[in-house]
Amino acid sequence: MLRALALALLFFAAGAVGSLLAGSRPGLARVLGNTFALFGATVALGLGLAGAAGGTFEVVIPRLLPIGGVALGIDRLSAFFVVVIAVGAIPSALYALGYTRVYEKRHSLAGMGLAFNAFLAAMVLVPLARNVLTFLVLWEAMALASYFLVMTESEQRDTESAGWVYLVMTHAGFACLLVGFLLMSRAAGSMSFADWRGVSPAIGGTTRHAVFLLLALGFGSKAGVIPLHIWLPRAHPAAPSHVSALMSGVMIKLGVYGLVRVGFDWLATGPAWWGGAVLVVAAISAILGVLYALVEHDLKRLLAYHSVENIGIILLGVGAGMMFQSYNLPALAGLALIAGLYHTLNHATFKSLLFMGAGAILHATHTRNMEEMGGLIKRMPWTAVCFLVGSVSIAALPPFNGFISEWLTFQSLLLSFQISSSAANLIFVLSVAALALTSGLAAACFIKAFGISFLALPRSEHAREAREVDFTMRAAMALLALACVAFGVAPFGVLFFLNKAVSVLTGAPTDVHFGWNSVMANDSFASVSPLWIAVALVALLSAIPVGLRVAGANRRRRYYETWGCGRALQTARFEYTATAFANPFKRVFGLLYRPVKELDIQFHPESRFFVRTIAFRNEARSILEEALYNPLRRLAQFLAERARVLQSGNIHVYLLYVLIALLVLVMLAR
Amino acid sequence: MLTKILIEVIQLLVVALGAPLLLGLLRKLKARLQGRRGASVLQPYRDLRKLLAKEAVVSENTSWIFRFTPYLLAAVMLLASLLLPILTTHTPLGFIGNIIVLMYLFLLATFFLALAGLDAGSAFGGMGSSREMVIAALAEPTVMIAIFAIALRVGSTSLDEIVRRGTTESLLLLNPGHLLAFIALFVVALAETGRLPVDNPATHLELTMIHEAMVLEYSGRHLALVEWAAAMKLLLFLVLLSNLFFPWGVAATSTPGALGLAFVALGAKVSALAAIIALLETSLAKLRLFLVPELLSGSLTLALLAVLSFFFVR
Amino acid sequence: MIGGRDAAAWIQPCLGTGALETTVEMMLLKKILRTPVVTEPLVRAESEEQVEVIGRQIDAWAQRVLGRSLHIREVDAGSCNGCELEIIALNNPYYDVERFGLHFVASPRHADCLLVTGPVTRNMADPLRRTYDATPEPKIVIAIGDCAIDCGVFAGGYGVIGPVSAVVPVDVIVRGCPPTPQTVLAGILAALQTHG
Repeated sequence: MLRALALALLFFAAGAVGSLLAGSRPGLARVLGNTFALFGATVALGLGLAGAAGGTFEVVIPRLLPIGGVALGIDRLSAFFVVVIAVGAIPSALYALGYTRVYEKRHSLAGMGLAFNAFLAAMVLVPLARNVLTFLVLWEAMALASYFLVMTESEQRDTESAGWVYLVMTHAGFACLLVGFLLMSRAAGSMSFADWRGVSPAIGGTTRHAVFLLLALGFGSKAGVIPLHIWLPRAHPAAPSHVSALMSGVMIKLGVYGLVRVGFDWLATGPAWWGGAVLVVAAISAILGVLYALVEHDLKRLLAYHSVENIGIILLGVGAGMMFQSYNLPALAGLALIAGLYHTLNHATFKSLLFMGAGAILHATHTRNMEEMGGLIKRMPWTAVCFLVGSVSIAALPPFNGFISEWLTFQSLLLSFQISSSAANLIFVLSVAALALTSGLAAACFIKAFGISFLALPRSEHAREAREVDFTMRAAMALLALACVAFGVAPFGVLFFLNKAVSVLTGAPTDVHFGWNSVMANDSFASVSPLWIAVALVALLSAIPVGLRVAGANRRRRYYETWGCGRALQTARFEYTATAFANPFKRVFGLLYRPVKELDIQFHPESRFFVRTIAFRNEARSILEEALYNPLRRLAQFLAERARVLQSGNIHVYLLYVLIALLVLVMLAR
Repeated sequence: MLTKILIEVIQLLVVALGAPLLLGLLRKLKARLQGRRGASVLQPYRDLRKLLAKEAVVSENTSWIFRFTPYLLAAVMLLASLLLPILTTHTPLGFIGNIIVLMYLFLLATFFLALAGLDAGSAFGGMGSSREMVIAALAEPTVMIAIFAIALRVGSTSLDEIVRRGTTESLLLLNPGHLLAFIALFVVALAETGRLPVDNPATHLELTMIHEAMVLEYSGRHLALVEWAAAMKLLLFLVLLSNLFFPWGVAATSTPGALGLAFVALGAKVSALAAIIALLETSLAKLRLFLVPELLSGSLTLALLAVLSFFFVR
Repeated sequence: MIGGRDAAAWIQPCLGTGALETTVEMMLLKKILRTPVVTEPLVRAESEEQVEVIGRQIDAWAQRVLGRSLHIREVDAGSCNGCELEIIALNNPYYDVERFGLHFVASPRHADCLLVTGPVTRNMADPLRRTYDATPEPKIVIAIGDCAIDCGVFAGGYGVIGPVSAVVPVDVIVRGCPPTPQTVLAGILAALQTHG
């Protein structure tokens, strides 16, 4: 196993160095960087599967880092996340082979290859880190590599501010992690994660709560939970699409990894309010995430907001699991955690798929604005089918993969009545309502996303001239679409690995029972057989045409224009737009959107009966950003201005500062 | 094994063939309440036969989604008829999915219907899709909370198990939470099947349409399938409501006598629910679209009360 | 209540609040339940001569298919709305066309029969043709009222391009200015039965 890890890292290193050396020939850099990344990710998949099946290794390289050296190891949970990463990384590298061709003229593919391979290597290594310093270094490497990837198209104004927000938020999160880790290390007397679980219950209340909150904040900001999500809808769309796929599909999952580690492993079983807090934040993230996605008409930003929503759904499972664990119901905790982790894998597949679909559209039409798309299903049939599979999966419709994990999440929430605490029950009831509303709204949102982008007539010249994308991009999307179907109809493959990983964490067998064709939660409480649903649907779908033939149905089909009340002119301007589709939602949830309406009509100077231009703006505002971040930003600005007093430019004064700082430190450390 | 297959075939036929009859009955009842003679109860069959014999005019803007959707709608409804306990508490294919699966199957159908509404590029279709999804999304929490209320009392979300517990422990039916959950689900059933006061199935005015606006482009066999599926959905919801909340007469064994009795009981219960719907539709006006959320949040409140009553009473 | 002002109002009777609304609701229900069936049997004799099956033959296929279920799309090609008022009356409980399997629909895609009224004006000629083309086969066109048959008092008007038969093939004509609902009904039934 160690050899597999070394091989994967070697491939990533080869990709990074190879693309650097081929710097002057962008085509070669593209092929080298992405091919080696593909190899590396494939080996990482093997490593993850071996680990998930029970293989382990521990390795310490002493002097590479201070305090404990580089410590790496693998257990079933780490291995599961390595699989998730590989599942996102393999298609992403394949996709990048074709997709990054457009960057050859304008951008440095050498730098991109370096950052891409470094990003992949860091992500694969993060779940393997076994002590604080290793973890933090890899975590920061991952953040920096992704930052450089986000900044690829730095000539665009949006990208610059997106990168800035990303950098600030990710480092705020990093600071929380750093302080939390150090607090915990001091309390536990060890920097090695393996020692923490045993001593954690003995640590005093306040310190343990503080550690939990700090780590939850740090990991939460990486996962993109509301209100720490603001970087996500900015940075993800700004990056090249294969990187967006990786960031949204995979990187934010490492935040989930951290939270699972904190809640179930490092801090052992905590008080119930930890789980409760996670549940509440998760429910809010899910609902607000999907609501913001609904009114978003930039396809990639829409997908980014959906990541916030799906992180919410994942954390509903994780939070419920923590709650069950505190109430000493480990079997149910296992069920809930399996639901959350399963959704993690599923989200990695369908969100990567959708981002690649959005990338393909961007490639073909040069726009991310849905109002300029339309009719793409006829021009890009492959992309359309793949995007549809992704949409149906993310809308959690049977028999695709999003459904099975959301179904498990629902079961775990419904089973909460076994807890006998009114407060906990209330939180669970509201979580059920929140999840239900989220899934309904997500379905609506993806009807908008698919329907407006792919169906009806093209709304712009760009959309009319769109062409299907090349083979590698289609292959990458097809791979992920197949994964969506496979994880949906054959959940036993995933559950087999998850069941073991989770029961190690919760310390008891889980409440999920499954055979090759069905999944059962809590014995007879609930059962589902996605395989049979798929088989029955296909069988009925093929039986109905036969039935119609037998019944003697007329088989003639005549094509004619769309019915428009006999109107002569039929253009794309008669179509329903994304704005129109989302408008009823905007009105129903007006309280959250606070929509701003502006109507600006310019009349003809001669007569008010003739209109020159009409401009209509109806935007939804982000109340969170206005209420929470603007005051913070102003405070930071205010403090920064005050701090300028310290900067005199006089070197003697600076030396004095250094001296004072040293003195203070010496006194503190004594 | 043969009995099992037979039961499933009977269930399929009950839903497939009974759905138009239910629609005919509902229309006949409404006509009578409005002081009209009304069409024969067999009229929906005649309509379907006619539609099957006609050619299909398809918009040239549409893609395969538009042509695929009618088949999917019908297939989903037929699949639902296989896993719902319609006549017996031992549905052979009941293990395929519990009540949540059933609701998500309906959502799958709605999803594709809404896509089909957008496919032709007409403003009506888009409007219908958008509105349908507002209602579907807002109905979803009520559905799940009502399911929660049922699961609390029965300790299971398996459809068979819920009905079985209802037949054996009749005291369960007297629970106040039970009634609240019933009303909540009834409102949702009206909203999901496009009945008044949410949607007017008999409207001719495009601007007030929801379901009708999405299917405005369908004709011939496609329209036949869409209408058939809509009728089946209505029947499935009424069967669900009557068997979940009033499981009287549902067969516990698979003898012909018990099944026959179950069939008669089902007919009576569904007819009674149809009569209630007919009465409501005669005495109610359609709600404005932006008042529908209030109606649905009202039903959500009832469902929440149903759940909370369990926690307080226990 | 009936206007649908308060969304939750109709659940209120169940919850026992809103006494006034409950009373109104009860009064309405009583009225609904007390009103007898007011539909009259169809009187045909007097209207037969105003109906004429012309032009294109309605073939046996169309009759067999549409015999017991006919969905109608009404097209106003420029009428004064007199005929419309009579046609709308068909839906009321007194005439109740639904009992014959007739039904008005919102889209020509759903229709089997176009009921065209008025002289065809310039602006409506193209929409009428498009509506005809949008209707799936087999289909019937019935021209309702004198204007639809020979432009009536509008004949020769600068905005009128001719009778309905000048734009789309007409199967049945129903005379009258306006024809009574009974006559319209007789015309529709004649289209379905004459060649049966």
